[in-house]
Amino acid sequence: MAIYLIVALDVLNGISSLFLLCLGLAIIFGMMKIINLAHGEFIMLGAYATVISANAGVNIWIAMLIVAPLFVGLVGLVIERCLIRFLYGRLVDSMLATWGLSLLIIGIITTIYGNTQQGVPTPLGGFSIGSYQSSYYTLFLAGMAIVMMALVYGVMSYTRFGLIARATMQNPAMAATLGVNPARVYMSTFAVGAAVTGLAGGLLAPVSGITPGMGGAYVAKAFMTVVGGGAAILSGTMSAASLFGAVNQIGAYFTTPVYGEVLVFTAAIVLIRLLPQGISGRFFKGNL
Amino acid sequence: MTFSRRRFLQHSAIATTTLMAAPAVFRSGALAAENPIVVGSLHDQSGPIAASGTPMVYALQLAVDEINAGGGLLGRPLKVIHYDTQSNIQMYSQFAQQLAVKDKVDVVHGGITSASREAVRPTFDRFKVLYFYNVLYEGGVCDRNTFCTGTTPAQTVEKLVPSAMKKAGKKAYIIAADYNYGQITAKWMTKYVKDNGGEVLSTDFFPLDVTNFGTTISKIQAAKPDIILSALVGGNHTAFYRQWTSAGMKGKIPIASTTFGLVNEPSTLDAAESDSILGAYGYFEELTTPASKTFVEKIKKAHSDTPYISELAACTYEGVMLWAAGVKKAASIDRMKVIEALEDSVAFDGPSGKVSLDKATHHTTRNAFLAEVKDRKWSVLESYSDVKPADTASVCDLVKNPTDTKQYIISL
Repeated sequence: MAIYLIVALDVLNGISSLFLLCLGLAIIFGMMKIINLAHGEFIMLGAYATVISANAGVNIWIAMLIVAPLFVGLVGLVIERCLIRFLYGRLVDSMLATWGLSLLIIGIITTIYGNTQQGVPTPLGGFSIGSYQSSYYTLFLAGMAIVMMALVYGVMSYTRFGLIARATMQNPAMAATLGVNPARVYMSTFAVGAAVTGLAGGLLAPVSGITPGMGGAYVAKAFMTVVGGGAAILSGTMSAASLFGAVNQIGAYFTTPVYGEVLVFTAAIVLIRLLPQGISGRFFKGNL
Repeated sequence: MTFSRRRFLQHSAIATTTLMAAPAVFRSGALAAENPIVVGSLHDQSGPIAASGTPMVYALQLAVDEINAGGGLLGRPLKVIHYDTQSNIQMYSQFAQQLAVKDKVDVVHGGITSASREAVRPTFDRFKVLYFYNVLYEGGVCDRNTFCTGTTPAQTVEKLVPSAMKKAGKKAYIIAADYNYGQITAKWMTKYVKDNGGEVLSTDFFPLDVTNFGTTISKIQAAKPDIILSALVGGNHTAFYRQWTSAGMKGKIPIASTTFGLVNEPSTLDAAESDSILGAYGYFEELTTPASKTFVEKIKKAHSDTPYISELAACTYEGVMLWAAGVKKAASIDRMKVIEALEDSVAFDGPSGKVSLDKATHHTTRNAFLAEVKDRKWSVLESYSDVKPADTASVCDLVKNPTDTKQYIISL
């Protein structure tokens, strides 16, 4: 019995970390149609911000939940002003530019901190279920995923900023005639997406190996999830993260981690074949 | 100044004739004595493997500087031509060609991953350039042009597995990186577990970009092993040790690893995460012999930013010194003469102790050490002297088959 609970926790962990990793990309790619190949490096920057500040004596929770998103959000703002704003509507160009950006960020971090690993210990401890052990941090990640979901939903549905952002993304010309400054909306949306990604990096820092190249491990899965999720950023990302996270963890449990990975990508191919518009294109039409 | 085509042709004609008319001048002994002996170096100093490559380059430079300070070899100074291979196999092939054809080096030290070694080895065979691979690896390379100075499983895994089993129990669970190093090392682990009367409950392989080890940790708990044997590699896989600790498993099932600590893991993980992990290598920075202490001091003095100095750096230093001893013994830089001299059991007392080359395998007989992480440092528990590369010796005999150039996958 205990083993089922533990596996369920693993699945929950897989889903919530995938969701957190993808949310920022869903905002940037799903809403703004900017292919941000530097997404993995935003995660890495969040992780570095957490580790560097935590090792400098900042409380680990503040480092994860405040320093990481603020720092990466700021970086995102600068990048939007210097690079991304020239690329709206140019899908392929944005891909090339952000790929170069990702190499640049890796290079800068390597030059400053070197290639050796960094790290902070995981806060919270473990608990036991029967003869099995699991960690409270798993539950915390799941909690954070729910909080972020609620936050994004709340901001997008009930605030003026959310309304303006959604309107601008749908029809910038119309929004502009109504007195909205689309450039400003794009800028702040990109910064918010970056901040959310930075938060994911911060949350991941205590459970992963942190090197300048770590972003590479996440970027493919993040795109797969966002594309699989389709147009609705929240319900789409959540449903795709649930599907792929569960497939990955259950697959890895019953076979090997190699097949777990293979299964996820197979599931993604099948999903895109059957639902070219992503999950939300079919089931959550018109949703957020 | 204008430079017409005619002028150019005239000039080159004159230059060519002069060169052809006076070869004796350029080839004379008087000038050759000043000519440096050229050592090629192929190491990753950027990209994901840079943390391993950087101390190796420092060690190579140290060895060359020491030889030059002692008057060089055969009265000639050594010169290093170094290429940063940027953790990219294509760069290895490209720079290997360049070293052999354009730079005309006398020896090459380099290669870190097994993949990089296999990418450059055929090039050096073809262009007849002596090649040294100074890294611990899965064993089995059998090539008269190549010398492998790092440890192989028979030297380290063979010590690690029984000690770990003695400490904890007979049931093992193997986790390893999913490429040839991990796959082959897992086979060796299995062999030594069985040889010592134990049992392997499961062997799991992980692609290098796997970062979430939750299910694995649950599976390990369900299998209830006495010991975990790990050949996980790289930054993403370090996550395993963190997640293991955060699940509260630390101290419940001990871990022994063939890769942990090669790039500084003990000092970057928290003490709670790394304490009491077992490892076995041909060298640890913490060795207290005078030779080891001076070696570490010299490198750290020259490069204060040096990451952990592991077997990789020690073997590189010893590899260069062994080669130098071979050149001295041969009294020539001619490749075949140096190979024959090296085969005549050349030895060197290095930071890890006495290292001697084995004629039949071109591998080294060297000391091995067993250590445990304590408070973010390795604490050496046992040392074994003059351990032979028995794995490679079981498949490779260059005395009988001098033309062999294969890497054998040792069947177990």
